[in-house]
Amino acid sequence: MVKMKELANSLKELEEQLVVCIRCGMCQSVCPLFDRTRKEADVARGKLALLDGLGKNLFTNPNGVSERLNRCLLCGSCAANCPSGVNVVEIFIKARAILAEFKGLSPAKKLIFRKMLSNPETFDKLTEWAGKFQNIFTKQDKNAQGTSCARVVSPLFGDRHFLPMSNKPFHSSKSYNKNSSDISEESTSIINTNAGKSGLKVAFFTGCIIDKIFPHIGKDVIDVFGFHGVGLYIPTGQGCCGIPALASGDMKSFEKLVEYHIQLFNEEKFDYLVTACATCTSTIKKLWPSIYKGSASKTREKIKELSHKTLDINQFLVNKVKVLSEYAEVKMDGDSIRSEHIVTYHDPCHLKKSLGVFKEPRILIKASGNKLVEMEGCDKCCGMGGSFNLYHYDISSEIGQIKSKNIADTNCNVVATGCPACMVQISDMLAKKNLNIKVCHPIELYAKALRK
Amino acid sequence: MTIQSVIGELKKIVGADNLLTQKEDMVTYSYDAAVLDPVIPSAAVMPENSEQMGKIVKLCSDNLIPITVRGAGTNLSGGTIPSSSSGIVLLTGKLNKIIEINEADMYAVVQPGVVTATLAAAVEKKGLFYPPDPGSQAVSTIGGNVAENAGGLRGLKYGVTKDYVMGVSFFDSMGEHVKSGSRTVKCATGYNLAGLMVGSEGTLGVLDEIILKLIPFPKTRKSMVAVYDTIDKASETVAAIISNRIVPATLELLDNFTIRAVEAYSHAGLPIDAGALLLIEVDGHPAQVAEDGLTVEELCKKFGAVNVKVATDDSERDKIWAARRSALSALAKLKPTLVLEDATVPRSKIPAMVKALQEIAVKYKIEIGTFGHAGDGNLHPTILTDKRNKEEWHRVELAIEEIFDRALALGGTLSGEHGTGLAKAPFLAKETGASSILFSKRLRKALDPNGILNQGKITG
Repeated sequence: MVKMKELANSLKELEEQLVVCIRCGMCQSVCPLFDRTRKEADVARGKLALLDGLGKNLFTNPNGVSERLNRCLLCGSCAANCPSGVNVVEIFIKARAILAEFKGLSPAKKLIFRKMLSNPETFDKLTEWAGKFQNIFTKQDKNAQGTSCARVVSPLFGDRHFLPMSNKPFHSSKSYNKNSSDISEESTSIINTNAGKSGLKVAFFTGCIIDKIFPHIGKDVIDVFGFHGVGLYIPTGQGCCGIPALASGDMKSFEKLVEYHIQLFNEEKFDYLVTACATCTSTIKKLWPSIYKGSASKTREKIKELSHKTLDINQFLVNKVKVLSEYAEVKMDGDSIRSEHIVTYHDPCHLKKSLGVFKEPRILIKASGNKLVEMEGCDKCCGMGGSFNLYHYDISSEIGQIKSKNIADTNCNVVATGCPACMVQISDMLAKKNLNIKVCHPIELYAKALRK
Repeated sequence: MTIQSVIGELKKIVGADNLLTQKEDMVTYSYDAAVLDPVIPSAAVMPENSEQMGKIVKLCSDNLIPITVRGAGTNLSGGTIPSSSSGIVLLTGKLNKIIEINEADMYAVVQPGVVTATLAAAVEKKGLFYPPDPGSQAVSTIGGNVAENAGGLRGLKYGVTKDYVMGVSFFDSMGEHVKSGSRTVKCATGYNLAGLMVGSEGTLGVLDEIILKLIPFPKTRKSMVAVYDTIDKASETVAAIISNRIVPATLELLDNFTIRAVEAYSHAGLPIDAGALLLIEVDGHPAQVAEDGLTVEELCKKFGAVNVKVATDDSERDKIWAARRSALSALAKLKPTLVLEDATVPRSKIPAMVKALQEIAVKYKIEIGTFGHAGDGNLHPTILTDKRNKEEWHRVELAIEEIFDRALALGGTLSGEHGTGLAKAPFLAKETGASSILFSKRLRKALDPNGILNQGKITG
């Protein structure tokens, strides 16, 4: 009981943020999880009431609250729809950290986050190694999504269709440094070019999923930026943005990763930090500055600076490079633009709800000569939610199947989305239904159009 | 049976997945949207069909277990706060089927857990209209709307929930299934029990099916916003529009405090120096809409509007109503605690009520933002405070009581659309007199002799 009082005290720091909730219940209308279960503990209002209760020492142990707090996709739909502006995602992440600190991380999470994820080099080696052996355990399906499923029925994999890890991750690509003579093994960057006709130079934060599952997106990024004369800097040795650790309340690994990347990107000057991953962008832009508590004051200044100039790739291309006018000029010279594909677009929560980015990817898709058709509920969560998908695969799939139906109903042949994590989930969902729809990132469509 | 064995029986009825008993879950059913103390129940149970619902009520009846029914828990008068910590909460979340939308006879049959906005969208797809639109319609349930007699922005022309309930079926306190009303426009058999159930706040029975009247969707609509330098001129315009025999679909007022809050929140370009805004929409046949629209515009100018802007397309119309819809959100962001009152007066008394609210804010040194359904006399004085500040909270309580008194003195009511619940039960005698409460208590005693249905609400 004494310990519970301590916990109640450490939750005091959330009090000012918690009282903002007026219990109006509007979050029920947008929560993808509540939509399935209709249980109050699954929606933001219920979870906020539980944290309030924990702060008032209402419970004899924190486990029940912790368990319910973790049943959340962190999609931020509630926060985006909240009349009082409760910063739900930030509150939940801070509360998860306080609870993890109090309860201690599980040994498995400790191993994964502290020994693997927070050491980019070790993490890269392990995943490369896993990539080489994966075919022994899984077989590739001949489908539009290129997913695999387990060779034998396995309790671990179930009926999951997952995308294989690439044999050659993006970080091991050969150096693309055209301007320098140094193409040796020790190169500190995959590419480092000067600003061209755009007058802009960007650093690219790759993110784990693009690096390990979709390395071709990284290559498309290089080509697109090359075409537009945007100087590009992609340092080697990049790791994870920290969201998986943060979602599990592991502040230590999160802060280690933030500090590591702040230093890594400090090596070169650039105008913008760009990512092609909705989750990485929103983590760097919103969570790095609001959650990092480390004592190094200079680091905090640098985080502020870096997050301020962080942009989603669609946003960067449309608003800073102004691709639309430029591309139209190029294409209009030759053939008129014909509809390449019928494309529908899924709004990743971390782009639309966290950052308000939803027009730009659509512009990019249309600029690539595709016909865009909107699906019903285009901004409804796909059910991925990072580790939510691991722990609650059944509900995650239920939510994902609604998305898959809405996609199929448009009669599209491609579904595009600005988040590699959503791509993984949507691929799994479509593969399960044997739907012949390709899943890709808007940048892939754009790169393909430019190559023509 | 002990409560533990009753819980065991409940599990047999609905299955383990639909029964919650852990304290962590109970805490999430201890409150609603009213600023009142929570009560933690013993169990929450989620039936999936009427049959299960009937069995639950019968079981509770046999064992004298108090029941509080809960839809979305958006209640603003505490009607969904559990009546006792030894009671259960009956959740209607999984009874959310629209059973029938009958286009030929223009009615809908729904289960109580259907979300209001979901029903409105479904009937609109068929060219029909279900007008009641409470502020919480995106989450509120039809069962809750019926139990609270919910209103909304369109009350002035289209009425409130009670005007659309054609029939209901429910389980009484003994678990017997009772039906009243019909699918016909006219029905004169038996007591009007459907009417009795509307606004009964879960104290007379547990609804399991509701028949709702639908009407044709209006052909056209015209929205406008009128800017005033004083709120008095705006409220005089409201009275003038009505006395000129024009009934707009919506006639809303925002005071200066609310205008500034909305502008700070949404940067919509509202005139922050304006004393008040009137937002008006007329709808119906195109010819009538054109004529009424013009008359309203002229009346606004005649009664001192500095400026009247008529929406010329849908996007301009949406902009006007976005300002109104964000009023509560904008105010909610200013202080931690928000008390949304709904004392209502006859519409001709709006100017007097507006004046009373201004005096009360000054007298108790509190912040009141006033907006709301001026056209039907239902203003929402919204008090912004921090409940943790005990001294200020005391002044707020005194101010609320004075708001009630002033509204009653003007021939009004304590609540236009939020219900009596716990919040207004202690004040009800002021409005209705002691004998009305006694009558209500006898009625309850006869229908629910063991007092298991949402005790403590309405009659105290």
